[in-house]
Amino acid sequence: MTATVLDSLEESKYKKITDLNPKEEIAPGSALCAGCGGLDGLRLALKVLGEDTLICNAAGCFTLISVYPFTPLAGSWLYTSMSGPVPAAQGVRDALDIRMYKHGLDKKEDLQIMVVAGDGATYDMGLSPTSAAIHRNLDFIYFCYDNEAYGNTGFQQSGASPLGSHTMTSPNTPGHPAGSERTKKDLFGIWTAHNPPYAATVSPREPIDLSNKFKKAKSMKGPRLFICLSPCPTGWGFDPKETHLIAKLAVDTGIFPIKEFVNGKVFHTKRPRKRLPVEKYLKRQKRFKHLFEPERRDDIIAQIQNNVDSYWEQYDE
Amino acid sequence: MELTQKNHMMLTGNKAAAWGARLAGVDYVPAFPITPQTEIVETLSRWFAEGHMQGRYTNMDSEHSMFMAAGAAAASGVRVFTASSSQGIQYGLEALHTIAGWRVPLVLVNVSRALATPITLEPDHNDVLSLRDTGIIQLHAETCQEVLDYILMAYRVAEDPEVCLPVLVNMDGFYLSFTREPVVLPDEAAVREFLPLFKPSQPVFQASEPMARASAVFGGGNYSYFKIQHHLAAQHVENVFRQVVQEFGERFGRFYGAVEPHRLDDAEYVFVMSNSFATKGKAAVQRLRKNGIQAGLLKLSLLRPFPSQVIADALARRPKVAVIDQNLAPGMGGILYPEILKAVYRREDRPEHLLSVIGGLGGRDIQEGDFVHILERLDQPPGDDPLFLFDEKDLKQFDQLRQIAGFPKEARVP
Repeated sequence: MTATVLDSLEESKYKKITDLNPKEEIAPGSALCAGCGGLDGLRLALKVLGEDTLICNAAGCFTLISVYPFTPLAGSWLYTSMSGPVPAAQGVRDALDIRMYKHGLDKKEDLQIMVVAGDGATYDMGLSPTSAAIHRNLDFIYFCYDNEAYGNTGFQQSGASPLGSHTMTSPNTPGHPAGSERTKKDLFGIWTAHNPPYAATVSPREPIDLSNKFKKAKSMKGPRLFICLSPCPTGWGFDPKETHLIAKLAVDTGIFPIKEFVNGKVFHTKRPRKRLPVEKYLKRQKRFKHLFEPERRDDIIAQIQNNVDSYWEQYDE
Repeated sequence: MELTQKNHMMLTGNKAAAWGARLAGVDYVPAFPITPQTEIVETLSRWFAEGHMQGRYTNMDSEHSMFMAAGAAAASGVRVFTASSSQGIQYGLEALHTIAGWRVPLVLVNVSRALATPITLEPDHNDVLSLRDTGIIQLHAETCQEVLDYILMAYRVAEDPEVCLPVLVNMDGFYLSFTREPVVLPDEAAVREFLPLFKPSQPVFQASEPMARASAVFGGGNYSYFKIQHHLAAQHVENVFRQVVQEFGERFGRFYGAVEPHRLDDAEYVFVMSNSFATKGKAAVQRLRKNGIQAGLLKLSLLRPFPSQVIADALARRPKVAVIDQNLAPGMGGILYPEILKAVYRREDRPEHLLSVIGGLGGRDIQEGDFVHILERLDQPPGDDPLFLFDEKDLKQFDQLRQIAGFPKEARVP
């Protein structure tokens, strides 16, 4: 992006919550779980993108957004399959382009194409078609609601499940005290290695940061990524009313860095001044309970803390 | 129409398919290469790049992605063509079921090639028949001319407001895909009259018409509604196809049908075949007739929907019928045989002997001796199906390979 475009975006930035578009593009009352952080993220995103948006949805929790004969969306929706939303986005994008230049379709009929997919579809099955679409410079937004496991099937391990988290397919046992034994795949790094025009991580707890990022992305073309950390009351094991607290702790402990990638560089847009210990975040969730009870697993907690610290060391000034 | 130097070109099946897409005025081709189909997408890629075709050609990353893109584009209001084969069809199978359920019109060509394992290149029909239950319409071509003509007719069927389904045109790899035959290229203006530019009969994605498509459905009853609707639309294709071939025949002088009866009227022996090997069957019929044997052939063209009534009528009072399946469902037998059996089961005028034959697997030739062998079996009392077209010569040849591979004992008939 040129400096002037960035400057003008800077001036029109959302500064306070009342600056956000009051119009809702997604009505309440879908079949999703109470307190779903991902749905809140999507709601905020659509406030910026507006109703001329087509969502190509992957199989996952958000399949339940539109159950026949209902849709809570003001815009359009296409349910695809688990690894199908990105190529479907390609098909719609190509078709609209063809209709505009070959068949005289009015440009007002154009749509912003947004893939919506969970972390399972994103980090695992859908990665190859996504890599190909970035390589083709497909003009689309990718919104990953990341709740760090296959949520819709009852919380099984995915490539996004963090070290030390219990899932139904990585249970903590005496032989495997951590539960999930691998660290989370670096999806942001995988995307930015393709050098897309834009990539960002967002949190529903940081609505202004999220909205400004979508505003910036909306002014761009090409593949643009959003990873939205999506606290999941059902899978993570906390009271739905605590979604925003958990989301806040993920940022304040530095576990979930809020950042963006523009013009080949990474910026942290919400850098925690003094990081809270990871324990504050872990302790409130049932999926990490085995790290504290029946006895504390200081070794695993320390490993999680070390991973966070060494991430931030790269960016220490 | 008479073939003259002027009105035809020598085209491979693949080139004929590409011409079909070009003459159909296709807007969009998402593509992925696979032998023996690649020549189709290479040709189309060049034609888009050179401006002979307007719209877009997109190189996709897999058949699964390719079929998803094809379906989504068709749901967004453009005329779509794509092609695949064999393993590609398998890789894209989930997407094919998905887009068939989207009820979107598009045309895809499958160039038949036998499935792994073992991996091979030559044709049989296990690939295309794995799409048997997708609700995708299937037309199977015997000649390069049929490949082209079927593609043009396929768009008319797919885009019919009471159909709205993908249509697949099948041709055999190698035997058609890489074989040049004289093909009459219809005049583009005449094609446009027969097949006007695409005007979607359903709502398509655009800003002024927000809609949710392919939403989840709960409850078996609600699910059943959609599936039965799909079934009725597919069944209705028989009527639509009948009208389309009639109009095509009147305009272009080439007449087709759901099946093609070949010398059936007085036939005592009938071979039921499809695709390019039907030509071999017809040649065998000719030679047998010269020797005073009343043989005939029924060629299957429209495989989905399955034209049961037409088939039962064609086989009525034909005493000895052999269904030659170029496919194998291990543990069951030929895939088309039970479908034909079902078609004739309730008819009193059904054949006395309906023999199941498996041949042509992996491109294994079906030769005159094989047809004679089939006749001999038809003269014996029914039983012991299926008959495998796999003889001493095949066994001997395989035995040599076994020796090289270090198995000293002789191979036995499986």
